[in-house]
Amino acid sequence: MTHIAKPRVLHPGLEKNELGLTRRDYEGSMSTLCAGCGHDSVTAALIEAVWELAIPPHRAGKMSGIGCSSKTPAYFLSESHGFNSVHGRMPSVAAGANAANRGLTYIGVSGDGDSLSIGLGQMCHAIRRNLDLLYIIENNGVYGLTKGQFSASADRGSKSKRGVPNEQPPIDPVLLALSIGASFVARSFSGDRDQLVPILKAGIRHPGLALVDVISPCVTFNDHVGSTKSYAYTREHFREASEAAFVAPKDFVAEADEITAELEPGDVRDVRMHDGSAIRFRRVGEDYDPTDRDRAYDYVRERQLAEEVVTGLLFIDPDSRDQHDVLGTVEQPLWEIPFEDLCPGAAALSSIMDNYR
Amino acid sequence: MAHVNEFAFKIGTVNGTGSASANGLIMQSIFRMGVPVSGKNVFPSNIQGLPTWYEIRVSGAGHVARTPEFDLIVAMNPETYARDIEELAPGGWLLYDSSWPMADTLQRDDVTFIGVPFADMCVKSFEGARERILMKNIAYVGTLAALLDIDMDVIRGLLEETFGERKKHLLDSNFTAIRLGYDYALERYECPLPIRLESMDENDESILIDGNSAAALGCVYAGATVAAWYPITPSTSLVDAFTGYCKRLRLEPDTGRSRAAIIQAEDELAAAGIVIGASWAGARSFTSTSGPGISLMGEFIGLAYYAEVPCVFFDVERVGPSTGMPTRTQQCDIMLCAYASHGDTKHICLYPKDPRECFEFAVTSFDLAERFQTPVFVLSDLDIGMNDWVVPRFEWDDEYRPDRGKVLGPQELEEIERFYRYLDVDGDGIPYRTIPGEHPKGAYFTRGSGHTKYGQYTEDSEDYLEVVDRLAVKIDSAAAAVPAPEIRSRPDADYGLVTIGGCDGAVREALEQLEADGMRFDYMRIRGFPFTDEVERFLEAHELNFVVEQNRDAQLMSLLTLETSIAKQRLASVKYYGGLPMSAHHVLSGVHARLGSEVAQTAEGASA
Repeated sequence: MTHIAKPRVLHPGLEKNELGLTRRDYEGSMSTLCAGCGHDSVTAALIEAVWELAIPPHRAGKMSGIGCSSKTPAYFLSESHGFNSVHGRMPSVAAGANAANRGLTYIGVSGDGDSLSIGLGQMCHAIRRNLDLLYIIENNGVYGLTKGQFSASADRGSKSKRGVPNEQPPIDPVLLALSIGASFVARSFSGDRDQLVPILKAGIRHPGLALVDVISPCVTFNDHVGSTKSYAYTREHFREASEAAFVAPKDFVAEADEITAELEPGDVRDVRMHDGSAIRFRRVGEDYDPTDRDRAYDYVRERQLAEEVVTGLLFIDPDSRDQHDVLGTVEQPLWEIPFEDLCPGAAALSSIMDNYR
Repeated sequence: MAHVNEFAFKIGTVNGTGSASANGLIMQSIFRMGVPVSGKNVFPSNIQGLPTWYEIRVSGAGHVARTPEFDLIVAMNPETYARDIEELAPGGWLLYDSSWPMADTLQRDDVTFIGVPFADMCVKSFEGARERILMKNIAYVGTLAALLDIDMDVIRGLLEETFGERKKHLLDSNFTAIRLGYDYALERYECPLPIRLESMDENDESILIDGNSAAALGCVYAGATVAAWYPITPSTSLVDAFTGYCKRLRLEPDTGRSRAAIIQAEDELAAAGIVIGASWAGARSFTSTSGPGISLMGEFIGLAYYAEVPCVFFDVERVGPSTGMPTRTQQCDIMLCAYASHGDTKHICLYPKDPRECFEFAVTSFDLAERFQTPVFVLSDLDIGMNDWVVPRFEWDDEYRPDRGKVLGPQELEEIERFYRYLDVDGDGIPYRTIPGEHPKGAYFTRGSGHTKYGQYTEDSEDYLEVVDRLAVKIDSAAAAVPAPEIRSRPDADYGLVTIGGCDGAVREALEQLEADGMRFDYMRIRGFPFTDEVERFLEAHELNFVVEQNRDAQLMSLLTLETSIAKQRLASVKYYGGLPMSAHHVLSGVHARLGSEVAQTAEGASA
């Protein structure tokens, strides 16, 4: 992960968001991943998503563990604090950061090795805790940095580069997340930016943990014939269950038609958030209802048995209660509370001491 | 043996039968009578049904270390009769439940047996199995009051405070049981015994508190807002206490919402991660654990050290290795915490001796963590953390403000050209940090991988060395800021005696004895690591230094040999590590063993 600074070239004609910032203002340093790596497409989609949402760059926190995926926070939002922690432990570091300062937008980037093996426990408990975090799994079925071992998401029968089939059943983060009460679950493909960007935007705005499993092929170790995580396989087996878009509160008044236009005509429905914003869906699969956890689970499982990769915003809980709601903590970020409001002082101590007589 | 206000007794019961309340009541009554007292709970890792003991030492002279010499034993658990009777000092008293006959084989000629039919009395006076069992254990409080002259008005007062008017029925049944035990003893036995209490006024400015509650209170006063933990004996009560205090002291007036986030993690790894994340994001944050937890947190501790994230770890030590004996005490994590995690690491450690220092050092630990931007460990142990100690009331200076260390705020960031996280701007080894979200110029990438002083990833030797060498300077410079050792010197000392933490009481008591025997010692209790210069000077000033501690491998002594220039031959280890709090006799026998062998060696050398 040698650092290569990205040259900043000014193009006066670049489009600006409502903060007057261009997409360039949301970029990071140059990627050192392999040319064609799916992760770089996810990075590009993330930059697009945060630019469109007009998040002030320094008001985001980028969290990651260890691995190729965990390098990516270096490649976007150079004006945000980033934390490249230890392998599989991004969820706990993010939980602590969110506990201390709920005012920031947290973006966690993990991988299938980081989240489904060494960090499986932490991922599950972060989902249970429902901290306000966009949790991206860049899922490629292999360990890249250590040269191509199968990860826990590799499908049974999927072949390694040397032709050896994987014998163990996979852990599917989507089914797992649905089964342990995740409040937002989506799956997408690094090669489908049109689908991915709205999902990331919705995930960022979702008040709770938004798990987004992104099939993100490893061009070096897992993009061959026989792999079920290759570009070709994913494109061929891709099945979209729903399309989604994020609608900000003000957009309901000013730009509702325009936002709707992002979605193909069909059965459009809004899931309203408490702040007045909404996630807008269009069902693609027959009878698909992304607010019905059990049916979402059944559908994903059923299509999986038919060797399809179901994508889209698969589940959202409109009544999501995040970590702070459950803990009952104050609205003010904890770290900003003045010391005078935290320390009870000498007089209070004296009466506390009387209780220990 | 027996004196007024100078004796020890022990109560053997079955755990989960309410005896903890009864024992606490006795401790608190003696405390309220103004007599120095200590209580040691010797309990099993179990919820209900196993033997448990509570040891109380009364000492008007102020000797409150554990003693293994018991003048009186209350044997309420037939399963342990044999052992309890055997442990009794000659001439002592055994109080037992005479509802059933005591086997002849257990009799001892040099002990007075006092039978009280607690079970029978409670069956007659109370309804229901559970209440009868609970009241049987309250009844012995009454008998002890009669035998030891515990002030019944004090007992009554404490019960009233506990139950108040709202639970008057409980007050009545408890006091009824106490009277049963009290009256029976007064009628049948000569009360009080030669070992008995007389009111004093030694405790007017003292409180009775456990170290975990004290440390938790320190965290409240230090302004900690995030706590993450995983349940583990003997540290659990620290976070429990923090939770309790926060419910009273940390509610936002208008909303009733909490100004603290207390997160029960899925394991110790996650607890450490949460603390590191919270500290990185600007909060004062801590975790509380024991040795096994520190082992699990090792990887994260290295990250916090290398990425320079301030955070506080309370290690309430228990007996290792592995699961060890979870409900017994030791000082066995001294080396573990000093160098926790892989690679070259070294950490600031604080070693409180009692609950009062737990309170003070809790506050100090956050200041040091933020000033030096590094993990800080507070090492107490099961004895300090879970037992009730009589200590001076805690004090607070309202002028205190947290030392947040070198943090650049939005204003300062606005004024500088560029910010580099790991640049040694002031030449003191401590860089500046920023809090996420404050200002675009403050952004940097925190990583546990090799980084340059500018915060960039590196695999370059020179860049790497520059950062790790600065870290070494930074941590060593903390020696001047950790609590100084407590030193008591005399001009004519023959030896130095060094100890740590909760050994203090036992060592002081032993020193009185040794000095009465004509041996002269200088005393030093180490309170922080890295060691201050005074530590080295003290060791150098004595040809022979005894190092008293509670672990098998002489960890404090090892650390002294590693971190000072003292020759190994000038240190003599005195250890006790069986899991109970240290007693003066452990110190005495260790010192005598060494001096005896020295005398023998000298004689041998002379004859050769």
